[in-house]
Amino acid sequence: MVASVTSFGRNGLSDWIIQRFTAVVLAAYTVFILGYLIYNPELTYEQWSGLFACTAMRIFSLLALLCIGAHAWVGLWTVSTDYMRSTAVRLSFQAFFGVVLFAYVVWGIQILWG
Amino acid sequence: MENKRPVNLDLTQFKFPLPALTSIAHRITGVMLFVGLVFLMYGLDLSLSSEQGFAEAKALFDNALVKFIIWGVVSALLYHLVAGVKHLIMDLGVGETIEGGELGAQITIVLSVVLIVLAGVWIW
Repeated sequence: MVASVTSFGRNGLSDWIIQRFTAVVLAAYTVFILGYLIYNPELTYEQWSGLFACTAMRIFSLLALLCIGAHAWVGLWTVSTDYMRSTAVRLSFQAFFGVVLFAYVVWGIQILWG
Repeated sequence: MENKRPVNLDLTQFKFPLPALTSIAHRITGVMLFVGLVFLMYGLDLSLSSEQGFAEAKALFDNALVKFIIWGVVSALLYHLVAGVKHLIMDLGVGETIEGGELGAQITIVLSVVLIVLAGVWIW
């Protein structure tokens, strides 16, 4: 079993399953948002802000946001461990994207409830 | 760790099979989305901030460079989505043979190119 202190779920198999679950959520969110925008070409502010004001959409959006954090962590972790051989470079990059992903999540919460 | 294995991999000497290329593209688009997300989040923030912010976001969208960036991010998203769905289908045990992998990669490319062109038509 692959075990690493910097992997998201502490082992390869749980990272693998997290990647799949979050992928399904993000696929659903992507299809929904693209579908909504295609279906409403003359979108108004009232419609748009009304959509994001409803509880179901906020739950869906926050879920998608957290899934982005987990999904991107696993993905970028995999890519960085494959290509960055130097431990210092790799850990620095992982710390960097960890902070950026955290900022995305906080920013997203602020957008939804700000 | 002592490493006595010879290192003589000359990557320019390799011809990558199609599934290898679609796999590396999946990784590249994933990294692109990590960066591109900042534009989508900014757009969402602006459009939801106020009536005026929504109008500003709409006006921004008239800019050719902004359209191009959005198309780029949407293209990366569509490719990553299609290649990801292919991954999930393969996880179910479908198309795991060499021929299946080749066909899956071909379908991934054709489908995502069609979607990316359609997205371009939609945006412009």
